[in-house]
Amino acid sequence: MRKAFQFPVANSGSASPGMVFRAKRGAIFWAKSVQSVLLVAIAVTMLGAVHSQYERVGGQLMCACGCGQMLLECNHLGCPDSPGMIRELHAQVASGASDKAILAWFATKYGATVLAAPIRGGFDDVAWIMPFGIFVAAIAGTFVIVWIWKRRQPASTGYPPAEIATNISPHEAALRDRIRRETEY
Amino acid sequence: MQSHPMPEFGSFCLLLGLILSIYTLAAGALALWGSSANGLRLTGRPQALWNRLGETARRAGIATFICVALAAFALVWAAFTNDFSVEYIREHSNIALNPWYKFAALWSGQEGSLLLWALLLTGYGLVLRVRHRVDVRLTAFASTILAGIQVFFLLLLCVGAPPFSIAPGAVPADGNGLNVLLRYPEMVMHPPLLYLGYVGFSVPFAFALGALMMRYPGEKWIHITRRWTMVTWLFLTCGIFMGAHWAYSVLGWGGYWGWDPVENASLMPWLTGTAFLHSVMMQEKRGMMKNWNVWLIFSTFLLTILGTLLTRSGAVQSVHAFAQSDIGIWFYTFITIAFAVCLFTFFLQRDHLKSDNKLESLVSRESSFLFNNLILLVACFTVLWGTLFPVLSEYVQGDKTTLGAPFYNRVNLPIGLFLLFLTGIGPLLAWRSTSMRSLRRNFILPTVATLAAAIGLMISGIRPWSAGDDMESTFFSLVAFSLAAGVTTGIVEEFLRGARVVKAQTGKNLFASAVLLTRRNTRRYGGYIIHFGVVVIFIGIAGGAFNRSVQSEMSYGDQMNIGPYRLVCQSITQDSTPEYDTDYALLDVYRGNKFIKQLAPERRIYFPGTDHEQPATMVALHETARSDLYVVFDGRDPNTGKPEIRAQLHPLIAWIWIGVVIVVFGTAIALVPNLQRTAVRPEREEGVGATRPATPAVENDGVLVKARHA
Repeated sequence: MRKAFQFPVANSGSASPGMVFRAKRGAIFWAKSVQSVLLVAIAVTMLGAVHSQYERVGGQLMCACGCGQMLLECNHLGCPDSPGMIRELHAQVASGASDKAILAWFATKYGATVLAAPIRGGFDDVAWIMPFGIFVAAIAGTFVIVWIWKRRQPASTGYPPAEIATNISPHEAALRDRIRRETEY
Repeated sequence: MQSHPMPEFGSFCLLLGLILSIYTLAAGALALWGSSANGLRLTGRPQALWNRLGETARRAGIATFICVALAAFALVWAAFTNDFSVEYIREHSNIALNPWYKFAALWSGQEGSLLLWALLLTGYGLVLRVRHRVDVRLTAFASTILAGIQVFFLLLLCVGAPPFSIAPGAVPADGNGLNVLLRYPEMVMHPPLLYLGYVGFSVPFAFALGALMMRYPGEKWIHITRRWTMVTWLFLTCGIFMGAHWAYSVLGWGGYWGWDPVENASLMPWLTGTAFLHSVMMQEKRGMMKNWNVWLIFSTFLLTILGTLLTRSGAVQSVHAFAQSDIGIWFYTFITIAFAVCLFTFFLQRDHLKSDNKLESLVSRESSFLFNNLILLVACFTVLWGTLFPVLSEYVQGDKTTLGAPFYNRVNLPIGLFLLFLTGIGPLLAWRSTSMRSLRRNFILPTVATLAAAIGLMISGIRPWSAGDDMESTFFSLVAFSLAAGVTTGIVEEFLRGARVVKAQTGKNLFASAVLLTRRNTRRYGGYIIHFGVVVIFIGIAGGAFNRSVQSEMSYGDQMNIGPYRLVCQSITQDSTPEYDTDYALLDVYRGNKFIKQLAPERRIYFPGTDHEQPATMVALHETARSDLYVVFDGRDPNTGKPEIRAQLHPLIAWIWIGVVIVVFGTAIALVPNLQRTAVRPEREEGVGATRPATPAVENDGVLVKARHA
């Protein structure tokens, strides 16, 4: 039977100095690990922007000419929209408006199609929720299906079920054998 | 009245092809019904009569290919002879066009690309019908179903989008020429490869539907279609990546995948096709997932049609607008009929699709395949959702919502990484159930490699927490690189484990043993090579998180620094040719003080001064395995008249293309028949060999023969 793990007690008369040292070292290790994780989390949350606001917001806008390209990537010669939009973006950034306000300004002027990703809330949120909802549902569904199948599985006979199935022809059995050989070394 | 012999000949061939396809469908279906038990009983006609009718249907199917090939020839002939009386040729060719691009005119427009589709479909049909002895009855079913698809496309070509329409009025002296973006060598290859992939999925679809209709016993139909599916998948993979490389090299925006609806349309069947290639192994091996597999291949086929519908009907906005028209209704009708046939057949025969086994454990190869399938389908759904959401939002809210690259990247990156993770763990799990001991043994090295890579990368500077706005992309890159290390270790471990066994058996060195191991089980080890190719592609994609871009006005002597490179402007030149005006810069590239090469980014305006003036970017590239230096002539500043040069550094992007080559190599290996051992030599069987010491390698080679599988 496996012994339950016990922390060595520092002031116990039976604990050797080596055990006490190891216990302290372990505690310090875990404390430092937790500290590091917290620091990383705080750094990730708190660190400021490296990109300029122009690049950040420009990366969330589409060119309005219908080319389907991002505003800052649109390189159509004589594009009727992108040069003007880029000038407007510079002006908006210079005015000190927030990212959200700039995006809202563009959406009002050019319509919602100018936003590269839906951010208006309401039905737009469905665009984000659906893929992740399906993803989570698919994972959870698989677990549930496998769990149900596993519960329904008859007690093991010691033979693979495919081999005790009676409705498999000899030809088919031979074919399966060959496939088994092919897919295993 | 002026006569147009070649266009008339082409139209006649298409009409004859349509009639032959209708005959193949009708006679084939009648022969299949007549030769069934019910048919024989009800008609009282002998089996031989129905067989003869079926044979005429098969031959008519073969003749259809000849008709469509002649029609395609007629269109190409019209392009080469500059027959601008044909509207299609006038729109997509001109006298000065390079002969290669004249040939490419066949698929550069709506009608021509549909003709190419029909040609490839009948070509696949030809191979299927010629090789009918593999399984005569199943092939007859597949041939009849394929004929149904042929009827649709030929009807479309004869009525909805005829490629040989004669333009009204006087014949112009010259045509409009090919879209300038398509004048690129890869564009000669990209559409046919993509179409070979698209159209190719019709064959496994036809076999699957046929097998279901005739209640085909066992899994042999999967075995018959395995190579079809793999070749088709390979074509689609090559087509997609060739398109990506074209977008990268030609469009000049610095990316290779813009999540355009047309790109999405090609990705969706690729995702479901990949899922199918994995899940059929479960059916082959354990008789499981029969319903799932049938619907996967149905979905793949329907998605190829849906993709065509989306991009040609004008339902969604696309940069590939050259192929839009009002033929959407044709595709809506066809997709509805095809779906109805699939659904009806499935409900009629669903009792035939009962699984022989069920999943026994969550920690098994089967469940990893199941997860892999689900994730691929979720990715496919996401792409479909993103493509259709603008239409849906317009319906619900009254205005269109755009889903651009930021949406797809945010949603698909976690899904892609999860797939990469599954790529790593799947092959390390055993069929049915994996013991804890086996888990420990198989996973310890990949896990250590993953963690070591993550720590090493963080030490070397890939730290999401200090990447600011790039935190998300840096984090995903870190995860991708770490997983890539783990998956690669797992693959190498699998090769080594098998190679050691072979080495012990044969006495060959480890490398020779690994080669022999691969040749003995090409499917399994070819698959691992494909997985490795996918890992390399992911490395290339992950490098995108560290892209850099600099843009500035440049004139003679000006310098620009990006990454380790220094660009020095040597000259700015303007020139004119009969076809285009050009503006280009000559830039010397230095790394430190060492001269590397001269780049010449260029901006062209084709047909200047005409009403169809078209700009084109000629990107200048310096490609290395470490990073690409990508330089674009962005135009001239309207105020200063100075040229604007944009330089970008794309780390690791070359690995995407290298990864594709590895995938192609792996697929080619998986397609090669296995080397199999012959029966063990008698003296060995009797134990004589067992008493020998190490057997010489040469002698061992003698016990191998090439065996062809069905």
